[in-house]
Amino acid sequence: MLETKLEIKNLSAWYSEHQVLKNVSIPIYKNKVAAIIGPSGCGKSTLIRCINRLHEIVPNAKVEGQVLLDGKNIYDIDVDPMEVRKKVGMVFQQPNPFPTMTIFDNVAVGLKLNGVKDKKLIQSTVINALKEAGLYEEVKDKLHHYGTHLSGGQQQRLCIARTLALRPEVILFDEPCSALDPISTAKIEDLILELKKNHTIIIVTHNLQQAARVSEYTAFLYLGELIEFGLTESIFTAPKMKKTEEYIMGRFG
Amino acid sequence: MKRKIIDKIMQFLIYTSGVLVCFVLLIILGYIVLKGISSLSLDFFIRLPKPVGEVGGGMVNAIVGSFILVLLSTLWSVPIGVLSGVYLAESSSSAKPSNFSSVLRFLLDVLSGVPSIVIGIFAYSLIVLPMKKFSAIAGSFALGIIMLPTITRTAEEMIKMVPRSIKEASLALGINYWKTVFFVILNTAKPGILTGILIAVARIFGETAPLLFTAFGNRFWHRSLFEPIAALPLQIFAYAISPYDDWHKQAWAGALILILIVYIIIFMSRKILLKYR
Repeated sequence: MLETKLEIKNLSAWYSEHQVLKNVSIPIYKNKVAAIIGPSGCGKSTLIRCINRLHEIVPNAKVEGQVLLDGKNIYDIDVDPMEVRKKVGMVFQQPNPFPTMTIFDNVAVGLKLNGVKDKKLIQSTVINALKEAGLYEEVKDKLHHYGTHLSGGQQQRLCIARTLALRPEVILFDEPCSALDPISTAKIEDLILELKKNHTIIIVTHNLQQAARVSEYTAFLYLGELIEFGLTESIFTAPKMKKTEEYIMGRFG
Repeated sequence: MKRKIIDKIMQFLIYTSGVLVCFVLLIILGYIVLKGISSLSLDFFIRLPKPVGEVGGGMVNAIVGSFILVLLSTLWSVPIGVLSGVYLAESSSSAKPSNFSSVLRFLLDVLSGVPSIVIGIFAYSLIVLPMKKFSAIAGSFALGIIMLPTITRTAEEMIKMVPRSIKEASLALGINYWKTVFFVILNTAKPGILTGILIAVARIFGETAPLLFTAFGNRFWHRSLFEPIAALPLQIFAYAISPYDDWHKQAWAGALILILIVYIIIFMSRKILLKYR
């Protein structure tokens, strides 16, 4: 039984006068992985940044339409974007741990700055988050070293742990492996498959094989428009639209 | 052939300039060590100046006084400087930078060019005259003003250097804007800002002119922060222009200590930068 966790409805987005998204509607199902694919500049990143309202920090950004999280529009006037971002976590393209914080603090900081005072709770949440991110065994003896001394793949898993510490319901991955080697990439992909048991996941990727490996649903964006959305399998084996087929065959992009 | 000759000449010029710069510093340092080291003794660090005519004594009050003055100046100028730096950096990243920020940036550049003696006169008329006495407070007011432009502009630059992705990561964790700025961005810029503060401290440690008619100097212990206070550069100045041989020697020793303190501060600032690299 498919439960819709998140619904993107008639979403359009602008940076100043430039329209980046044109009337995009996509349902995101609970505990599934949805991949967003498309050539560079098609609005993939903007689309997921609209889901945690992070695009708002760009001056002159504007949005129309709705994003319904559990039926509630996150753009309603009474919604605090900070609350949205706690429920919808995000992992970025470049691993970006906080450079002057230790591994422990990198994961703890989201809790601490969101008002959690209980030291024991913080301690246990941090360790759990590191375990869930598959990093704990590698860093348990150096929790108080700087996070920037880790390898790229470890840094990215640290960033995943940092997001997990806040117990988000949805996790957005913005090309999480584009800066990583194949082995680290495989680890992150395994992790995504593991995380979908308790989370709803949206992943933006340039790598079509990756989309095929990790996702159940795929959305193909082109020039800000949604061309096709459906089961990953059917998108890759029997695309309905000509554009989708051309992209998947590697004729452009 | 011609190309090679020009290359050699340029190389020679560049190397000599580099060596020359080091040389200037080494000569100053060497000369001060030579002149000052003979008058350095334990007494110098633990005794007050002796009355005129008596030989010996030390500068403990001036050493302590300098540290107090620098500490007081840092206490008020660092918060104001860093907060203004935050304002400048954040307003420049917003949609429409306010006019005030460019005015502030311009005024700070002007302020950093104001001769320190003028700042001393300013502190004199603003604090010394109304209070009717010289004081540590007036001295650190003047020194703090000298620190402000350096601290503010370094803080601004260091905050601007924090990658956008760090800010995004913090906001994406649901950490609100002001906490992101104060606990994440400032934390990331901290090593650079600390270095800026230490460089400002190193500069004011040797400032003499603005203290002449604010802190004034004192041959004894200051009784409170509202009294004239001794400072190392003031003491060096007073001793150097005196007619006594023994005082000249002590002035050299004082200069040696002053320069050592400044070197240690600069050394520390480099350490801090390297630690986080």
